Amino acid sequence: MLTGMSTSSTEQTAIRVRDLEKSFKELKVLRGVDIEVARGSIFALLGSNGAGKTTLVKVLSTLLRADAGTALVNGFDVAARAADVRESISLTGQFAAVDEILTGRENLILIARLRHLKDVATIADDLLLRFSLTEAGGRRVATYSGGMRRRLDIAMSLIGNPPVIFLDEPTTGLDPEGRLDVWQAIQELAQGGTTVLLTTQYLDEAEHLADRIAILHQGRIIVNGTLDELKRLLPPAKVEYVEKQPTLEDVFLSLVGTATNGEQR
Amino acid sequence: MNKHFLGDTAVLLGRSLRHIARSPDTIITTVVTPIAMLLLFVYVLGGAIQTGTGSYVNYLLPGILIITIASGISYTAYRLFQDLQGGIFERFQSMPIARPSVLWAHVLTSLVANLISLVVVLLVALVMGFRSGAGVVDWLAVAGILVLFTLALTWLAVIPGLTARSVDGASAFAYPLIFLPFISSAFVPTDSMPGPVRAFAENQPVTSIVNTLRALFTEQPVGAGIGTALAWCVGLLIVASVFAGIAYRRRFN
Repeated sequence: MLTGMSTSSTEQTAIRVRDLEKSFKELKVLRGVDIEVARGSIFALLGSNGAGKTTLVKVLSTLLRADAGTALVNGFDVAARAADVRESISLTGQFAAVDEILTGRENLILIARLRHLKDVATIADDLLLRFSLTEAGGRRVATYSGGMRRRLDIAMSLIGNPPVIFLDEPTTGLDPEGRLDVWQAIQELAQGGTTVLLTTQYLDEAEHLADRIAILHQGRIIVNGTLDELKRLLPPAKVEYVEKQPTLEDVFLSLVGTATNGEQR
Repeated sequence: MNKHFLGDTAVLLGRSLRHIARSPDTIITTVVTPIAMLLLFVYVLGGAIQTGTGSYVNYLLPGILIITIASGISYTAYRLFQDLQGGIFERFQSMPIARPSVLWAHVLTSLVANLISLVVVLLVALVMGFRSGAGVVDWLAVAGILVLFTLALTWLAVIPGLTARSVDGASAFAYPLIFLPFISSAFVPTDSMPGPVRAFAENQPVTSIVNTLRALFTEQPVGAGIGTALAWCVGLLIVASVFAGIAYRRRFN
C-alpha cells in the first residue's frame, strides 16, 4: 500500500479513519478501513457496487455507527461528537435528496432554515445563480432533469459552507453534460477550500477530479495514492502509435454543444 | 431537549403542510371512503338498522369519524416512507438539527391533515341532517378525544413508515384499522351480535370511543366509558410511540 501522507498533522487532516469495521448481521461490509484526507483536497473512493463505499460515507456522516475503529471528521470523533460532526459536514447521498413537491428555491430555503442561518432568501438566490438554476428556481423540482436535480442537490449541500462535503456517487445516472456540470461544481468547491470525499465507480471521474484516489475492495482499502502513484503500480508505459479517434463523448458533446447551461433540458 | 427542537419542527412542519396544500388529493382520498360509507349506510342500509335512537346519521357519525382518522393516517406512513426512500430523511439526519423534529413534523402534519378531513366529513354529515345540541365543553371533549386517537394511530403509522420495504407495505397496515369499526358499536348496537363477536366488539377500543363520542354529541352522561376510551387512546399512544422509537433507533443508531 502506498502511504504519502506521513507529514500530516491533525489540523491538515479533515478526515482520519482507522481500522473501521462495520457488519450488517453476518455480512462484513467494512473490514478495517484506513484513510486520511487532507484539508481542501478532493479524495475519491473508488469501488464497484457493494464494495462498502456508501457504508463508509454513512459512518462518516453519522448515519451509521461503526462496530470497531475510529473516525474523525474535522477533528471530531463521529461516535462521541456526532453533533459537532454534523455541524462540519454536508452529505449528498446516492440519490438526489431533494424535495420534489417544493420548488428549487424552497428546497434551498428549507435547508438554510434547518442550518439556522439568517437571510435565507439571499442564500437561496445566490446559489440558484451559481448553479444556473435561477430560471428554474420557481418551478417544482419534479419538473427538473436529472442534471438539474443533482446541481440543486449539491447546492443544498453548500449551504452554511461546511468544511467537509461527502458526495456519494454524485454523477451516477447523469448524462454527459450533467456530469461535466457536476465536475465543475466539485472543482470549484475544492478551490474554495472545502474538503471533498466522493465515491464513484467511474474511473475517469476519479482520474479527472481527485487529488488522491483510494480503491475500496471487499471492505478494505487496497491502494491509496495520487493518480501518478497509482499509475506507477503498473509496468512502465509502452510507447504505441494509435490513431486518435474522437470518443463518442466528444462527438455527443460537439453535436449538442456544451455551452448550454442545462436550464431547458 | 435540543434548543432547536421547536424551530426545526416548525420548519419541517411547514414543509409537509406545503405538500398537503399542493396535493389536496391526499385529503380528498382520505374523506372519500368515510363519506361513501356515510351515504351508503344512511340512505341505503340505515333504514333497516334498528338503533333504538332517532336519526341514524346521528348514530353513525362517531364511527365514521373514527374511519376517517384510520384512513387518514396511512398517508403519514406514506409520506415518511417517501422521505426515507428519496434520501431527504438521511440528509436531514446528517444535518445539525434536532433529530426528533423530523418525526414530530410528520406526526403534527398528520394531526393537521386529519383535522381538516374530520371537518370535511362533519360538514357533509351536517348537510345530511346530522344535528347535535352539544355545548362548547362537549365539543372540546370530542375534539380532545379525536386528537388523542389521531396521535395514537399516527405513531402506529410511523412504525410501518420506518420499516416498510415498499409503498404498498407502508400503507397497507391501515386496512384492518378501517374495518375495526365494523365489529363495534359504530354501525349497529352490539346487543344484536352473537356472543363471541359481541364480546370482541364490546371490548375493543372503537366501541368505547364511539360510545363516548355519541354520548357527548347527544348530551348524555358519558359514564365510565370515557375512562375506558381515554385509557385505550393513551395506552395505544404510549405503546405505538415506544415501538416507533425502537424502529427509529434500529434504522438510525
